[in-house]
Amino acid sequence: MQKRVVITGAGVIGPIGKTASENWKNAISGICGIRRMTIVNPEDFTSQIAGEVKDFDPLDYLDRKVAKRTDRYTQFAMVAAREAFAESGIENNIDPTRLGVIIGSGIGGITTLEREHKVALERGVSRINPFFCPMMIGNIAAGRVGIDVGAKGLNFSTVTACASSGHAIAIAVDMIKLGRVDAILAGGSEAPLTLTGVGGFCQLKALSTRNDDPQTASRPFDRDRDGFVLSEGGAVIMLEELDHAVKRGAGIIAEVSGSGMTCDAFHITAPAENGEGSARAMKLAMQDAGIEPEDVGYINAHGTSTLLNDINETKAIITALGTAKAMRTPVSSTKSVTGHMLGAAGAIEAIFTAFALRDGILPPTATLQNPGEGCVLDYVPGEARKADIMYALSNSLGFGGHNVTIALKKYSGK
Amino acid sequence: MSLESRVTEIIIDKLGVKPEQVTVEAQFDTDLGADSIDQYELIMGFEDAFGLRIDEDEATQLTTVGKVIEYLRAKDLDK
Repeated sequence: MQKRVVITGAGVIGPIGKTASENWKNAISGICGIRRMTIVNPEDFTSQIAGEVKDFDPLDYLDRKVAKRTDRYTQFAMVAAREAFAESGIENNIDPTRLGVIIGSGIGGITTLEREHKVALERGVSRINPFFCPMMIGNIAAGRVGIDVGAKGLNFSTVTACASSGHAIAIAVDMIKLGRVDAILAGGSEAPLTLTGVGGFCQLKALSTRNDDPQTASRPFDRDRDGFVLSEGGAVIMLEELDHAVKRGAGIIAEVSGSGMTCDAFHITAPAENGEGSARAMKLAMQDAGIEPEDVGYINAHGTSTLLNDINETKAIITALGTAKAMRTPVSSTKSVTGHMLGAAGAIEAIFTAFALRDGILPPTATLQNPGEGCVLDYVPGEARKADIMYALSNSLGFGGHNVTIALKKYSGK
Repeated sequence: MSLESRVTEIIIDKLGVKPEQVTVEAQFDTDLGADSIDQYELIMGFEDAFGLRIDEDEATQLTTVGKVIEYLRAKDLDK
């Protein structure tokens, strides 16, 4: 019989909280984490707002030596992974060689890269920090988490821009179903708030310039949306084979019942016409989970607040579910309060979707006031909504045309 | 600040060890847990702090806290 995979722990650090439960509480209360940028001087940027992790001191979590030798993106991954690991209670309840780690990042250690590049230019290449390479590389978050929790099974990273942690979860579920390992810490992290990180996205004209009103700048599906808001953070879940989890009496948040992965093969940044690739990802996810469009009770959208994403994702949902069902299905974007955490977005949104199933509460698109042209679905505007649902989807779409949809199921004890 | 205190401070900063561990006899690898990259970073720290360059052959000889202090003192930096 096909193995089943459940979530037995969740960890988040991001713009609206430093734990998964704090993030969830704020997401369903519509508390927004976006404000004027402080990590880099915002003056020269067209977009001067961001979702920063407030008052983050790595020494609150990591010993001095580790803190000094890890990029901010790795630190976020470690903090989130520790929370998921601790909540799962899996320590000493699993063969360490059967515990894996898959953590994605869109960029990797860009803070470290910029700093050491400056050192090299100003003081010569012989002054580059000897730890530069192992701090900057995009797989080191997964490596560090492996060391930190003693996970000796499969360990690698996924790099698909804003879909990175969606892919991490999708692949992790498949690995467990294949029996490669019994459990995997899966998720993503990102710390893109640097000179070139912010500057680069500004140059793409992808970011909101609503600098005078940070709290409503990320407004997915709204007619006045003008781009996404850059954010940072980490989100990780413990995925575990169902029997393994049940046998040790673990608490189960929800089941991850399937996934779908596609490519637009169309354009490096723009979605395919009518969200064709995203629609196929949703269909594949439903197929993998053994469900029909009629079963889908909620979709956590990628919903970035860009003109192109929101309209094409809407069309994709209509294609995937059929018009009548799509019109009756609540869809929301929690990026309205978190901003866009890039490589961590897929994981935090999968966590929110899992909590929605567990608690029977749909998080709102908090900032949506006037739906944009063609944005015709029920986006759960303004306030959270009670809804006892059995199945939900979570979409992640990334530059490069990467689409991934995760299908989740309420866990009811069987 | 004395040369000894400055050296101790750099070692504590780079290796994340406790002040009481930094004795004159302490070996960087076995006593202070420094791997080869740690030790290289430490040498760079001394170079930056004391404004000198330590060549690789010399650096490999500096295996204890005491040897570093001796080496720097010989460079006539302790003034």
